Amino acid sequence: MTVSPDSSTKVAVRGLDFYYGDTRALNSISLTLRANKVTAFIGPSGCGKSTLLRVLNRMYDLYPKQRAEGEVILDGENILDPRVDVNVLRSRVGMVFQKPTPFPMTIYENIAFGIRLYEKLSKSALDDRVEEALRGAALWGEVKDKLHTSGLGLSGGQQQRLCIARTVAIHPEVILFDEPCSALDPISTAKIEELIDELTERYTLAIVTHNMQQAVRVSDYTAFMYLGDLVEFGDTDQMFTNPREKKTQDYITGRFG
Amino acid sequence: MSIYSSRRRTNFFASSLCWGAALFGLGWLLLILGALVVEGAKGLSPAVFTQMTPPPGGSGGLLNAIAGSLVMTLIGVAIGTPLGMLAGTYMAEYGRYSKLTVVVRFINDVLLSAPSIVIGLFVYEIMVAPMGHFSAISGTVALAILVIPVVVRTTEDMLLLVPGSLREAAAALGLPRSYVITRVAYRAAKAGLITGVLLAVARVSGETAPLLFTALNNQFWSTDLNAPMASLPAVIYQFALSPYKDWQQLAWTGALLVTATVLALSVAARALSSQRTSK
Repeated sequence: MTVSPDSSTKVAVRGLDFYYGDTRALNSISLTLRANKVTAFIGPSGCGKSTLLRVLNRMYDLYPKQRAEGEVILDGENILDPRVDVNVLRSRVGMVFQKPTPFPMTIYENIAFGIRLYEKLSKSALDDRVEEALRGAALWGEVKDKLHTSGLGLSGGQQQRLCIARTVAIHPEVILFDEPCSALDPISTAKIEELIDELTERYTLAIVTHNMQQAVRVSDYTAFMYLGDLVEFGDTDQMFTNPREKKTQDYITGRFG
Repeated sequence: MSIYSSRRRTNFFASSLCWGAALFGLGWLLLILGALVVEGAKGLSPAVFTQMTPPPGGSGGLLNAIAGSLVMTLIGVAIGTPLGMLAGTYMAEYGRYSKLTVVVRFINDVLLSAPSIVIGLFVYEIMVAPMGHFSAISGTVALAILVIPVVVRTTEDMLLLVPGSLREAAAALGLPRSYVITRVAYRAAKAGLITGVLLAVARVSGETAPLLFTALNNQFWSTDLNAPMASLPAVIYQFALSPYKDWQQLAWTGALLVTATVLALSVAARALSSQRTSK
């Protein structure tokens, strides 16, 4: 069922249960995210894939009555431990959301804002970091002449890449993508997918997607979830060509979900 | 065919009623504003802005009243705005899911619709009576109490309009809660927050009752917060009720000034909030 943990394991989820109040949304999930690989979470709506993603940076902490039980080990440390500083955790585990969420400030400030929180840099060093982040998100060429205009003036696809740039700017270790392309057109989607491929050089990635072709294109490993259970987890190519479980087969061939 | 003509008749009848009601309401407003402009403009002269309120029969202006209104409104808003903003921020951010917020919101709504004369009496009891005399400072406290519920309400409403996704995005960068609020949520809600303060200024700048019980009035120039201070509404009240023609004229002119100020603030608030929604 699971890819066995070894030295390349970045995140190990062990026996994870998740509750929204009294409703159980995840049942004893165990899987691993390998370093510098892309792991895709697929499954029909409500299966718990976004919930699982939001446990990995403890985003659920923002809301009362949501709680996780079990272990999520990031580099040997259980991040569900209440003593863990969630802000430090989130600086190590970044997140890109379904809808682009540029902050109401200039393109430059959208990126510099996060960097300033962690590092004191000179103006020129900060300029370099902003450029590096925008290049890293394949956006530099399109915005280099309008860095000081509002980030809200960009197209949806550009806004999403700005959000990726903002995330990579603070040098996280893991980046979580929650359906990053579902609000984008096919060309923007292709750009983001290309980018995800490049990001694996430096980061460990996890992506929630409804689009199975996208999972095939971008991921190395895939987790198929259904009703809060992890049905199957393994190598993407193998899962989409020769799934072990009947349910996985039914889902990826479009028989339900 | 006849069903359509009967529908057309009904439609004509109903829309005539709507138009009639709208014109009826608007008509009175125009009459009031028209009378105000005509009567108030007669007394407009540089003297209004340069001379003190006169004794009956003497010549003079409204300078002490204008200054008093400005001073008390500014201090009142300066006291009330931070309190209101902090309370509104608690309700929309830290205490969004707490029972305390429900209680505070209810009490705030009561305060919002409380007659201002009650606020005046309250401040009279807690400040004017113990101090033994009327004072500008108690006037500013009364105005501040009127400002608070307006600012609490708009701050909470405007922050609740900031999408949760924006807060999550900020939190995902590892920003502490205080940064998420001050750097992202406030910024996203900026136009709305300013609108709230402008509306609060507009609300209190025409208040008479709370000032009559607290700052009273003053015939002369005074900047002493510990002494009675003139204000436009109080002067209008006093002069309009007097039998002297020149006092009545100054009351009209003062009323025109107050109305023009409130109108300008409301238009500015409208412009700001429509700018926000069109983005």
